[in-house]
Amino acid sequence: MYISVQTEDFDVAEVSRQLCGKRADIGAIVTFSGLVRDRSEAQNLLALELEHYPGMTEKALEAIARSAYDQWEIDDLAIIHRVGRLERCANIVLVVVISAHRKQAFEACEFLMDYLKTQAPFWKKEITRDGESWVDAKASDQQASERWNI
Amino acid sequence: MARLLYFASLREKINSEQELLELPQNVIRVDQLKDLLAQRGGRWSEAFSSGSGLLVSVNQQMANDQSSIQNADEIAFFPPVTGG
Repeated sequence: MYISVQTEDFDVAEVSRQLCGKRADIGAIVTFSGLVRDRSEAQNLLALELEHYPGMTEKALEAIARSAYDQWEIDDLAIIHRVGRLERCANIVLVVVISAHRKQAFEACEFLMDYLKTQAPFWKKEITRDGESWVDAKASDQQASERWNI
Repeated sequence: MARLLYFASLREKINSEQELLELPQNVIRVDQLKDLLAQRGGRWSEAFSSGSGLLVSVNQQMANDQSSIQNADEIAFFPPVTGG
C-alpha cells in the first residue's frame, strides 16, 4: 500500500509499474486520475489551491484503503493526492489498484475515489481571473459514497 | 489545553488557523465547545451556530456534536470536504 500527499506531480505509468514490480500474479491494473478542470462557463479558471489537514489526511486515506482491502480481493493499491497550487489541466489525484482480476480492481478503485471525495480532509479553492472562491461539496458525491453501504 | 484547528473557508471566515484553549469544566462535548466559540460573537457566532454544516474531528478522527472532548485533545473544525 502506497499513500502520499504531496505537492509534486506523479507519473501514472511509473506508479503502476512500481506497484506491480515483477509480480506474475497480477492480471489487472486499474488507474484513475483526476485533473484540474475548468468548470466555469467563461473558461477563466487559472488554478486550484488544494488545502488539507496534515496528519489526519494520511490517516483518513489509510482507513479508506484498509476498507477496500476488506471488501475486495485486491493485491495492492496506491493513492497519491497533490496539494498546493495546481494549474489548469494538472494532475490532482491518482488511484491505482492491482489485482488478479479486473472486476475486483475496478470496483475497489471506484470505491476509493468515492470515499476519498467525502471522507478525506481536502478542500479546493478556485482561482479565476475574477477572484477566488471555495468549491462547495456536491450532494452527488455524498450519494456516490453512501451507495457502497460500507 | 485543547488544540483547536480551523481549515479552509472557516479559517478565512474567522481569520484564525489554530489556538490553544483551556476547556472549561462544563465543556465536555463538541456541541458545548461550538456554543462556547459562538459566544465570541460576530463571525464566530455565524460560523459556529447550529446548522452551519461544519464538520469536526477529534484527534484526527471524524467526530460529531455528541463526541466527548477534553483538554489535550486536538479538535479541528472544517467545512465539508472537496478533494479528489
